[in-house]
Amino acid sequence: MLEQKERMDIVMAGHVDHGKSTLIGRLLADTHSLPEGKLEAIRALCEKNSKPFEYSFLLDALKDERSQGITIDSARCFFETEKRYYIIIDSPGHIEFLKNMITGATRAEAAILIIDAQEGIQENSRRHGFLLSVLGISQVLIVVNKMDLVQYNKERYDSIVQEYETFLNNLGVHPKQFIPVSAFLGENLVTQSTRMPWYTGDALLPCMEAIQKETARDKKDLRLPVQDIYKFTAQNDTRRIIAGTIQSGTLTVGDTLTAYPSMKETKVTSIERFSSPKLETALPDEAIGITYSPQIYLKPGEILCKREELAPLIDTLFRVRIFWMAQTPMQTGKTYTLKLATMRVNVSLEEIVHVFDTQQLTQTTGHTRVKRYEVAECILTSTKPIAFDIPDVCLETSRFVLVHNHAIVAGGTISASIHHSQNSEVHEALQGNTQFSYGTITPAQRKKHLGHEAATIVFCGKKANDYARSFEYILYTQGYTSASIIFEKQKNVTREVESLYGSQLRITIKTALSAGLICVCAVDSATLEELTHTQLGPLGLINCNESPSQESSYHCSSLDDLPRLVKDLIADNIISNIEK
Amino acid sequence: MNYLSQLEAKSVYIFREAYKSFKDLCMLWSIGKDSTVLLWLAKKAFFGHVPFPLVHIDTSYKIPEMIAYRDKLAMEWNLTMIVGQNEVALKNKQTFPDGNATRLQCCKRLKSDALHRTLDATYPRKKLNLDTGEYETEKNAIPFTGVIAGIRSDEEGSRSKERYFSPRETTNDWNIEEQPPELWNQFNTDFAPGTHIRIHPLLDWTELNIWEYIHQENIPIIPLYFDQGKGTRYRSIGCAPCTFPIQSTAKTVPDIIEELRTGKLSNIAERSGRAQDAEDGGGLETLRQDGYM
Repeated sequence: MLEQKERMDIVMAGHVDHGKSTLIGRLLADTHSLPEGKLEAIRALCEKNSKPFEYSFLLDALKDERSQGITIDSARCFFETEKRYYIIIDSPGHIEFLKNMITGATRAEAAILIIDAQEGIQENSRRHGFLLSVLGISQVLIVVNKMDLVQYNKERYDSIVQEYETFLNNLGVHPKQFIPVSAFLGENLVTQSTRMPWYTGDALLPCMEAIQKETARDKKDLRLPVQDIYKFTAQNDTRRIIAGTIQSGTLTVGDTLTAYPSMKETKVTSIERFSSPKLETALPDEAIGITYSPQIYLKPGEILCKREELAPLIDTLFRVRIFWMAQTPMQTGKTYTLKLATMRVNVSLEEIVHVFDTQQLTQTTGHTRVKRYEVAECILTSTKPIAFDIPDVCLETSRFVLVHNHAIVAGGTISASIHHSQNSEVHEALQGNTQFSYGTITPAQRKKHLGHEAATIVFCGKKANDYARSFEYILYTQGYTSASIIFEKQKNVTREVESLYGSQLRITIKTALSAGLICVCAVDSATLEELTHTQLGPLGLINCNESPSQESSYHCSSLDDLPRLVKDLIADNIISNIEK
Repeated sequence: MNYLSQLEAKSVYIFREAYKSFKDLCMLWSIGKDSTVLLWLAKKAFFGHVPFPLVHIDTSYKIPEMIAYRDKLAMEWNLTMIVGQNEVALKNKQTFPDGNATRLQCCKRLKSDALHRTLDATYPRKKLNLDTGEYETEKNAIPFTGVIAGIRSDEEGSRSKERYFSPRETTNDWNIEEQPPELWNQFNTDFAPGTHIRIHPLLDWTELNIWEYIHQENIPIIPLYFDQGKGTRYRSIGCAPCTFPIQSTAKTVPDIIEELRTGKLSNIAERSGRAQDAEDGGGLETLRQDGYM
């Protein structure tokens, strides 16, 4: 008796007045999912207020909403078939309520997009289609409604299908089925209509039944964001428990876990559940607790992963695609709170790469603001490193929201880390670790030939370019073979471009080093930061600013300092003594 | 993962977010099936503990078994139990059973007003002493800013518009049009000073899910929900003068599940035994906007 059916959440989207609520109301009525008397009560109310009856009144149950005739929020309603339970999320077609549509859509596994056969494709038909693609809902049914008002005309239907399918395909959305219906008259909803013999596909309900559940996440790498850490002392409870919901992968007692971004490691001692069978393994979506040893200090927000599995990315700079929902535009330079999984961090909008036009599907650049209901590609920078994934690795740990003035103002996904990549080839290329082949001459042979070893000397700060050039000349007069790499940076470049400069510089330096040369570089402080993550052999950092710097042990504030500097670097074995 | 486990996991997640985000948190416990499932889910979320007080609004007209059941479970489960009441209205007999108010006016005074004033600590609160089993007036009571409640979106139209984390202004107004969005598992846990948050971990559950879960978990439920041999049972429980049983011979949890599954009750709204709903077209909605859960 207690076998359990699966559950499917479906969002209903489309332009205002194209008949979403009517469709749901009729679907509920035709599947006998309404309490007796409800339909009659609404009919009576309509009569009392001298308004024609509408199925949508079943859903638009709120008083003030009925008077306006539009759906304000994502209402949910329930019905069941032999196969499964459905939660239908009705969402508003009015642009003012788009954020409510998003709220509804983020809860859904599939979507039904509805288009009025008479009015055809409208602004929100396109916008909602676009948003479904941004939110990653790939299972979509398209209903062409109000076919009765176009006399069940096949040509009208075909032209809408053709135009909308082209639009969606350009977004990478491939609808499972287009269905011509009349929601008000119940044509092609539950059973096949006799009015449209030219349509050979199934009615809406059978198409809904054919939608498949999302594939299992248990085969992927473990992602367990730390939601909280509990130590309840009541009733002599001595457990210290990490609580969290598994987003992907599986967790087993005895696993060694690494917490990102702190990189601390611990081992799972037990999986804790209240009043449940004691199981040694936990699966995706389970809200569990673990006890662990050794005891490490963790904060909520870190992501626990298995040591031997793919690590998440850690960065302070990342490229995101966001959907902005607040009245006040998003602005470059402003600070927001980012919430990703259970972590929260302050971020600032570094750059707007481009803004999408959701109607024409074009991109425009040069923006400093993202307005309400616009979708944009941006670069964010966080005040401390955070752990995350790209959507292909784990959707759940790539999605985030932005909070401003106590409210969620945007949703989005991180599409890339600026400094790192989960695609190992991209990561290696950015690091300059690409497998260049440098020939067969060994460093020892080069040393014999040139009389010294390779080294990197980096000047940074005021007049760094001048000092680097003069420094190289001094080396030349002493018989050293060198290369001068003066980094002439464009002003006001973005952090993303800066990062690319960094990888160019790394590759250039590595090439010069492989030739056995002494690389004399001049860079700005941002690029210097890029270099500090790179293995470059013997390295001398020279600070040319007045204020001391943490990284540099050498200082230069005039050309007169240079001969002494050469001596110091040789004494410290960074530049080898020339043997000629 | 079956859908009951999915529902459970999501509710647990919401509980943990609430506990992490709000310092002065409480949970409403009406002794009914929904908020008792809610209580069980709290124990799931916090590994057997309930780390915040439970608030019950006692109208003094509750079915007597409810009070006995409440105190028994509170003692057994070590619950921090707080009870509030509109003592003034009761003393002045401004109630429906006294003949001095409509059902809705009575609900407003004994439930909505009592709830507001208990939450903001302007009415005296009684706290259960777990050592003596007696209620004592709570000293230095502080206002609650986060309130967990067991509403479900299939109960009634207006509840289907709710958020999991639903901010209320200090006046307890519910601005339906300007509700902040909720995306994926991210809720509005940041709030301006003076805002109250209502947290709804059961929003996605249906009446059937509740009973299936009670069965799966073997949760102790007040026997008023079962036919005691008279061929009637309560489907929704509240104050004795305004709550009526339905015709049903369901004697056990599986009987109720069977009854709901076979659609025997599909022609009767869940709250049809609650007389105050019938008094006004908006029903629960009118009370909602007044702050009643």
